[in-house]
Amino acid sequence: MNPLKPKERMKIPRQAMPEQHAHERTANFGEVNLGLDAHLARQEALRCLQCAKPICVDTCPVGVKVKEFLDLILAGDYLAAAAKVREDNVLPAITGRVCPQEEQCEGGCVIGKRTAPVAIGYLERFVADYERSVGKFGLPQRAPSTGKRVAVVGSGPAGLTVAGDLVQRGHEATVFEALHEVGGVLVYGIPEFRLPKEIVGQEVENLRRMGVRFETDIVVGRTVTVDELLGEEGYDAVFIATGAGLPQFLDVPGENLNGVYSANEFLTRVNLMRAYRFPEYDEPVYDCRGRDVAVVGGGNTALDGIRTALRLGARNAHLIYRRSETEMPARAEEVKHAREEGVQFMTLTNPVAFLEADEPGWLGAVRCIRMELGEPDDSGRPRPIPVQGSEFVLPLSVAIIAVGTSANPLVQSTTPDLKTRKRGYIEADPETLRTSKRGVFAGGDIVTGGATVILAMGAGRRAARSIDAYLRTGAWQEVVTEPSR
Amino acid sequence: MFAILEARFLAPDIKLLRVRAPRIARKQQAGQFVIVRLHDRGERIPLTIEASDPEAGTISLVVQGVGKTTKLMNRLEVGDAIRDVVGPLGKPSEVRRYGTVVVIGGGVGAAIAYPTAKAMKEAGNHVVSVVGARTAGLVILEEEMRLVSDETHVLTDDGTYGEKGFVTAKLQQWIASGRPIDLVLAIGPVPMMRAVADLTRPHGIKTIVSLNSIMVDGTGMCGGCRVAVGKKNRFACVDGPEFDAHEVDFALLAQRNAMYRAAERRALEEWERHPEKDLEDVRRTCRLAEVHPQVAALAEDGVP
Repeated sequence: MNPLKPKERMKIPRQAMPEQHAHERTANFGEVNLGLDAHLARQEALRCLQCAKPICVDTCPVGVKVKEFLDLILAGDYLAAAAKVREDNVLPAITGRVCPQEEQCEGGCVIGKRTAPVAIGYLERFVADYERSVGKFGLPQRAPSTGKRVAVVGSGPAGLTVAGDLVQRGHEATVFEALHEVGGVLVYGIPEFRLPKEIVGQEVENLRRMGVRFETDIVVGRTVTVDELLGEEGYDAVFIATGAGLPQFLDVPGENLNGVYSANEFLTRVNLMRAYRFPEYDEPVYDCRGRDVAVVGGGNTALDGIRTALRLGARNAHLIYRRSETEMPARAEEVKHAREEGVQFMTLTNPVAFLEADEPGWLGAVRCIRMELGEPDDSGRPRPIPVQGSEFVLPLSVAIIAVGTSANPLVQSTTPDLKTRKRGYIEADPETLRTSKRGVFAGGDIVTGGATVILAMGAGRRAARSIDAYLRTGAWQEVVTEPSR
Repeated sequence: MFAILEARFLAPDIKLLRVRAPRIARKQQAGQFVIVRLHDRGERIPLTIEASDPEAGTISLVVQGVGKTTKLMNRLEVGDAIRDVVGPLGKPSEVRRYGTVVVIGGGVGAAIAYPTAKAMKEAGNHVVSVVGARTAGLVILEEEMRLVSDETHVLTDDGTYGEKGFVTAKLQQWIASGRPIDLVLAIGPVPMMRAVADLTRPHGIKTIVSLNSIMVDGTGMCGGCRVAVGKKNRFACVDGPEFDAHEVDFALLAQRNAMYRAAERRALEEWERHPEKDLEDVRRTCRLAEVHPQVAALAEDGVP
């Protein structure tokens, strides 16, 4: 389909993503990236070299057939391109927005070594948005019913993916969600300006149309246990994808002052509960208008938190991170957007205490210490070391702690024969996702610890293959999986 | 959607709502709670389960109208429904044979204390219950408490009903008289729980309180309900709500519970200007789910 010679393709620059201007967007919760139009999408797709052995497919956790869908864009058949993506990825409108493409598909792009990689993420988003704009979705066909039923615990990216893949294979899938809305971290964690709820709602609706059933307000481990799901509720298998739910704190003095939030709480109030529309919506969040706000951490969640605070009217928005910018785990695009919006990066800095304001009980400032980088630690990153005598005080009304999460123990503690690893994460085989308990599989953050949407989806894909093999053969001991594509 | 099958006032501003929630009714144990959300714009608030009937598939909630959501709940009637009820959450009360157990319920705390008093009685304890209220009209669940207690004492601050005085005075009297007490369970306003803890601490009487911190999800995910217990942070929603009263930092609890005072006041004022709108929203959501479950599901997912 590509009329250009490879040399000509390499001369086309990477197309820029149209965006809301930084000054405008900090005053609203509308999406920052506006999406490519058909012309830009074609220009970008023309850049693909159509490698004989595309590395971009290997570096995608779910193996999206990149060059085939780009070719369909060039043919002008956007619906077919979207259907091609959906063969491997049940949530393309979401991953096109939130994947760290630079580490995955685009990281493997050959022309990326010469100039800039093909913007595969932008193109994935383009075809998914096109589908939505015309209201026709290339949903995969369902195999004939097997009569087998699978309970999926948690409706985040891993749970949605496994459910979508299982119904395609002819099984019945019911997803249990503890909150009142389906989507897990996609609705409580990732803000509207990066991933509109409407997009998540549409993908969930697509799954419904494919036959996935959803039950909200069910806390597995409390409302019903895994044993009851496998027993009296009659499920043939259970997939646990409860995420890395518990927030970690810094354990420094003053962390319980009013105004100090976990990122989970701050984001849940604003995203899931729509506190940015208080009092139209009932759930409040502390009024950030004209106040100084800081986030502690360097991941995507930290950037989501502080950019949310800006949109709530923060006067100063600081990001406090103990290593340097090079080590920040956040997506490159988020860092760029945050800087454009006026987030002040205080890297090589760590809080040592939160200090009380004149008003008793309320946060008034944070005492920080400068850090320097030493030898690599267990994580392979240079260890941050405090610089003696470098302490300073930063005035602050709101602090958002985004230094990671740990395993939520509700399911594990009520399922006695489910083995866990250090820090309460569930032990599961990385390829088959089988746990120590027959018929029970687990994947996503509850196995790996906090990671990305797409890695959780990859786990969901592998789990669906493995659950399918188990349901068809009934064999638990020997490993039965199809070769991965 | 959780249908309300019974709704009656126990006292002015304190209403009992019996709600259809079969899964929760089957699982509920004394000391546990639910989180409710009334309509699509609603906040999530924790409420204690006063009683449950697994066979009828119902749970009973006792709600004191204090803020917008609880006052709105007090307007709901049979035939209405609650958008979301999730639970049972939290750890159940540690029920075993202690000997003599004093159960103190202050104000609406009596509704929280009742199921535990009942469970303690069933476990073979000598249950002494104390129901305290500001004034006669606010005494609730006295009859229920009598049925599950070996002794029941009712006190009002103003003496308009029962004995006059604070629940702590009664407890002080027993301690001073050398009456053996193996466990005290105190549930009510923070100052009351704190006073009970201060009273029993020097005598080494094991004392349990049930904490009412601010929560969002109720599953340990947000950490908003964190309380300091024995200098360590614990989450009231998953590690509690019951804790050793002698270890709890009550000043911190009171401080954190005041975090949204301004917002709560504003929400209440705005609601009181147009109370019908939210009521209509509750009813519209219920009707939608009844008549067009699929459309309601769409609305839930945020598809316009």
